[in-house]
Amino acid sequence: MITAEHVNKRFGKLQVLRDISLTFSPGQAVALIGPNGSGKTTFIKCLLGMVVPDSGMITFNGQDIAHSWQYRAGIGYMPQIGRFPDNMTIAQVFNMLKDIRKDERLLDEDLPQAFQLHKIMDKRMHTLSGGTRQKVGASLAFLFNPDVLILDEPSAGLDPLAAELLKEKIRREKEKGKLILITSHILSELDDIVSDVAYLQEGQLKFHKTLSQLKCDTGEQKLVRAIARVMETADL
Amino acid sequence: MNKIIKYIILDIARNKIVLAYTAFLLLISLSVFNLEDTGVKGILSLLNITLIIVPLVSIVFATIYLYNAAEFIELLISQPIRRTRLLASIFTGLALSLSLAFLIGAGIPVLIYHAAGAGGLLVIIGLALTLVFTALAVLAAVLTRDKAKGIGVAILLWFYFALIFDGIVLFILFQFSDYPMEKTSIALSTLNPIDLGRIVILLKMDISAMMGYSGAVFRQFFGGLWGSLYAGTVLLLWIAMPLLWALRRFSHKDL
Repeated sequence: MITAEHVNKRFGKLQVLRDISLTFSPGQAVALIGPNGSGKTTFIKCLLGMVVPDSGMITFNGQDIAHSWQYRAGIGYMPQIGRFPDNMTIAQVFNMLKDIRKDERLLDEDLPQAFQLHKIMDKRMHTLSGGTRQKVGASLAFLFNPDVLILDEPSAGLDPLAAELLKEKIRREKEKGKLILITSHILSELDDIVSDVAYLQEGQLKFHKTLSQLKCDTGEQKLVRAIARVMETADL
Repeated sequence: MNKIIKYIILDIARNKIVLAYTAFLLLISLSVFNLEDTGVKGILSLLNITLIIVPLVSIVFATIYLYNAAEFIELLISQPIRRTRLLASIFTGLALSLSLAFLIGAGIPVLIYHAAGAGGLLVIIGLALTLVFTALAVLAAVLTRDKAKGIGVAILLWFYFALIFDGIVLFILFQFSDYPMEKTSIALSTLNPIDLGRIVILLKMDISAMMGYSGAVFRQFFGGLWGSLYAGTVLLLWIAMPLLWALRRFSHKDL
């Protein structure tokens, strides 16, 4: 569904992505893991066309995404920090995105309902807490029933209840055969959602394998321990 | 495209800075017309305020707005929409809201008290300057990544057009005062939209006689139809060039 071939990106002197090749298929839930500054967010931005790779090619459903924008109709993106124009209400932000998308796909309003956003639809963005803005961001990502969901640190700032609701939603979407990409530092919460793990370090892809394979290779039962084991051996 | 414009205008219409700007312009223009005994004098006072305040507020407000919306613009870019179209919509939304603020604050009083001749022209120049400096703000925000640097660039641009440029022109005219500089000064005025606006309005007000021989040359050049067309084209270029540059840069910028 999404393939990246030999993607390189350099910001000034810093090589952020080094020759990354990855393939993702429908029904996978992939955890992008790596230390801070390992290039996870940059890679996601490359997929979304926000950052243009210096070399290499990224395809979406077989089509090269360079200079293209239509493919993004199939992607729902939840950014790390949800910031919206101060004086817009939640309802206005929802309507604005609905106007932009305009496609007649069935709207998926599970999350706004679960988060009970309808009670605060008329509140202005600058009056909302960071967690509530995160809820709006998550709802927008799922709203248009996209085939691919890209979630950048989805549970950062969410309360435990909301995080659990979001996790439940991610699991349901995965079972529907959607492709889900998640970056997160909270590995324990990824354990029961993801099917695959891609590990980035200093812009390089260290490995991309299924969770069970990883657990088998490291002899650990928990993702946290498995990754810790990988990092230890990488340091040696 | 017009959908994005609509929501940006709705957002800015409730912005306290823009509301204060509108109220300030309204207060100034009403008091100016009530204090001065003739409408022409009122226009003259309003002209000097407009030429300073409108560019300053337009460029600083638009730059800050763009930086504050950076994350939201990123979210919009992840939607199926062309980048150039997105930025063009944001520019239009900003320009329309600031123009509306100027129309309410200065346009309506001018049309009530002194609509004829220079009054109408003052409103047109004010609107043109709003568009020029919003376009420059978009360019500044697209070219510089850092917020503080971008706002600094915006203020510097205003400072240059409002103050430094006049100093440079005076210096040149003074240094070459032995030569006929009239044509040169017309050419120099195209390099600064604020100056161009001032000259066009002053000429309309029949006080060009006070500007000596240069005034006569200006009058001869800008007074006719070709002169107005020339001034209009130059102002349009001042809107289009920064905007096109910004769109070009934005279409392949890394966010």
